[in-house]
Amino acid sequence: MSGQSAASSKKQPAPAPPTGKYLSWGRYPTAAHVHVQEPAWSDQVPAILKASSAASLLPYGLGRSYGDSCLNAGRGLIDCRRLNRILGFDASTGILRCESGVSFADIIEVFLPKGWFLPVTPGTQFVTVGGAIANDVHGKNHHCAGTFGSHVHQIAVHRSDHGLVTCSPGEDPQMFRATIGGLGLTGVIAWADIQLRHVPGPWIDVELVPFQSLNTFLDLSRESDGRFEYTVAWLDCLSENNPRGIFFRGNHSAETAKKFRPHHGPKLPFALPQAFLNRYTVKAFNTAYYHAHAAKEGSSLVAYDSFFYPLDSIRQWNLLYGKQGFLQYQCVIPETNVSALEELLARIARSGMGSFLGVLKQFGDAPPAGMLSFPRPGLTLALDFAMRGERTLALMRQLDEVVQQSGGALYPAKDARMSPALFGASFPHWRSFVQHIDPKMSSSFWRRVTEAQ
Amino acid sequence: MTMPQPTHPTAKQPPALQRVVVLGATSGIALEVQRQLAQRGCELFLVARSPQRLAALQSDLFARGAKQVLTCAADLASISQHSALFDHVRRQFPGYDTVLLTYGSMQDQKHSQASLDILLDELNVNFVSASAILTLFAADLEQRRTGCIAAITSVAGDRGRRSNYVYGSAKGALSLFLQGLRSRLHPAGVKVITIKPGPVQTPMTDHLPNAARFADPELVACDIVRALERRSPDVLYTPKIWRYVMTAVEHIPETIFKRLSF
Repeated sequence: MSGQSAASSKKQPAPAPPTGKYLSWGRYPTAAHVHVQEPAWSDQVPAILKASSAASLLPYGLGRSYGDSCLNAGRGLIDCRRLNRILGFDASTGILRCESGVSFADIIEVFLPKGWFLPVTPGTQFVTVGGAIANDVHGKNHHCAGTFGSHVHQIAVHRSDHGLVTCSPGEDPQMFRATIGGLGLTGVIAWADIQLRHVPGPWIDVELVPFQSLNTFLDLSRESDGRFEYTVAWLDCLSENNPRGIFFRGNHSAETAKKFRPHHGPKLPFALPQAFLNRYTVKAFNTAYYHAHAAKEGSSLVAYDSFFYPLDSIRQWNLLYGKQGFLQYQCVIPETNVSALEELLARIARSGMGSFLGVLKQFGDAPPAGMLSFPRPGLTLALDFAMRGERTLALMRQLDEVVQQSGGALYPAKDARMSPALFGASFPHWRSFVQHIDPKMSSSFWRRVTEAQ
Repeated sequence: MTMPQPTHPTAKQPPALQRVVVLGATSGIALEVQRQLAQRGCELFLVARSPQRLAALQSDLFARGAKQVLTCAADLASISQHSALFDHVRRQFPGYDTVLLTYGSMQDQKHSQASLDILLDELNVNFVSASAILTLFAADLEQRRTGCIAAITSVAGDRGRRSNYVYGSAKGALSLFLQGLRSRLHPAGVKVITIKPGPVQTPMTDHLPNAARFADPELVACDIVRALERRSPDVLYTPKIWRYVMTAVEHIPETIFKRLSF
C-alpha cells in the first residue's frame, strides 16, 4: 500500500525512460523526452502539473497519432495509460463515465456483451478515450454520426492554472470546444462522459462493391449514405488510368445467435528491412487485394473487429515500414472539387510512391464538434508513404499545393511535416484556440505549426 | 426410511475464489488481479488507505463484472487498526473464501541504511503489520476449516543482497511466516500461498533502472489468479523463470556472494 506513495514522494530524479518507448505510430519523427511521468491515479496529476520542472508537458495515450502531435521533443510527457478506470455507467441512458486512459478495446470488451458499442470508432481500437477526444476522431459512420467529440457530454480536465475544471456544451462551452480536437493542449483529461450506442450484437452486415473510377465511387457513396451507417473505400492508388477500389458498406446486424470469438493475429517482431516495401511488392499486393475482394462482391456477415479494425489483427504493423518509419497523408478535399482529388492521385501515381493503405471516405455535413476538428464536408483520402527522406517530403509538398488550392485541410493526428501556412489555412480558428491552452502544455506538432507565426 | 447419502467430502467444498478480501487494493499488482477477478464475477472486499482511490476502483471493478465490491479505507501499516478492520470485514463480508495480501513498500535501500525510522517503517509495513493482519484472518479461517490465504512477498526475500537487503529481509521474513502458517493451517484444510514475483512494472518500481524490462503486471496477475483458483502451488514464482533463477542464486557460495554488488 505504501509502495505507491513511497515511489512518488521520494525525491528521486525522474528516470529517463528509453526514448524508443514514446514514439508516434509512424515512428517518424523520433523524439527524446527528458521527463516522463506515469501517474497511476488521477489524484496524482495536479501534483505532477505543479511540480514539473520540464519546459512543458503533454498527455500521451497509446501513441496512435502518426506524426508528432503526441510527441514533445526535449520536454515532458504524462503517460496516461494507467488512468484507465471506468467511473460509472448508466444502463438506462448508455452514458459512460471513464478516465482518459481507458482504451476503446477496453470499452468494447466490457460493454459490447451488454449490448453497447462506441458511437464512433477510428480504424484501431487501441486508442484511449483521451486521445479520441484530443483528436476528435472520426470513423466510417461520419456521414450519419459526426465525430467522436459530438458524442461526449462532459469533460473534466486537470489544468495547471485552474485545477480540475469541468466543461460541457452548457458549462464553459468554449473550453469544451477547445478540448475536443485540442491535441491534448488544454490540460490532462481526467474523465469524460461518453454516449454509447445500443447494438444487437457483435456482427456487421457488410456489402462489398468494386469500383473502377472516382465517379463510380461518388455515386456509390451518395447512394449508400442513406441506407448504410458505415461506408468506406479502399483505393488502389497505383493502378494505371482510373483509380480502382473496393467500396465497403455495412450496418449493425440483428444476428445475435452466432457465436463470436475475438480475432487475435500475429505480431510483427521487429522493423522489416526498408526494401521489403517497394513499388513492385506494393503493386502486387494491391492487385491481389483488389481481386480477392472483388471476388467477394456482395453481402456477408462479418465480426465487428475485422470490419472496423482489420489492421489491429497484426500487432505493430507499423514496423512493416522499416526503421525509418512512414508518413500518413490524410487530407480532406471539398466535395465541389473532385478534380483536385484526381490531381492528387495523378501526382501520387506519377511519383511511383504510394501504398497499400489507400482509404477514401465521404464526410457528412455535421458541424465540427471542436475548434480544431479536422472533418468537414468533402472527401477524405488517407495514404501511407514509407519515409524515404527528402524524396517523400517533396512529394508531400506537391500534394500540399493541391490541398491548399482546393480549400482542403490536413489532419493533425496524421501529420509530421505540414507547413505553418497550410495549418493556418486548414484551421483558421487556431488563434482563438490559443487562449485555452494550458500554460504548461505544448507539443512538437504545436511548436512546429505555430511558432513561426 | 432412507438415510441421507453421505457425500464425498470434496464434493461439499464450495468452489474456490468467490469472495475475496484484498489487503492493499491500490497496489500495482492488486489492480491487475482485481480486474481479472472482476471478470470472473467474484465478490470483492477492498482495503487500502485512500477512500478516493477505493471509490474509483469500486466503480471500475463493478462495471467490469464483479458481483459486489465493498471497500474499507484503513492504513494496514497501523496495527492498532487491525482488529477493528478485521471485525468490519467479518461483519460486512461473511463467508469470504480468499484473503490476498498485496501491499508492500520498497524504499531506496540507502534511505533505510541512513535512517532507523525508515528502516523500521520498511520492516513494519512489509513484515510486522502483514503478519499481524494475517494472524487475525488465519484464526477465523482455521475455525471455519476452509479458505485460502495468499500474500505477495518477493524473490528479493530469497537471499540478502547488498542493494536491497532491508526490503528483502522483510519479505523473506514474511515468506518464512507464511511457510509456518501453511503448516499450521494444513490440518484445518486452509491453504496458504506464498507469491514471489520477480520485478514487475508497477508504480513501486518505476524509479528503478531497467523498469521497462520488468514483467508485465497483467501476466503476473494471470499466474496469481490461477494459483488462487487452484489453491496451489504452495509457493508461486511469477514469472516462472524466477524459480530457476533463484535456485541458482541460492547456490552461489556466500564467500563469492558477499562480493557481488547487485
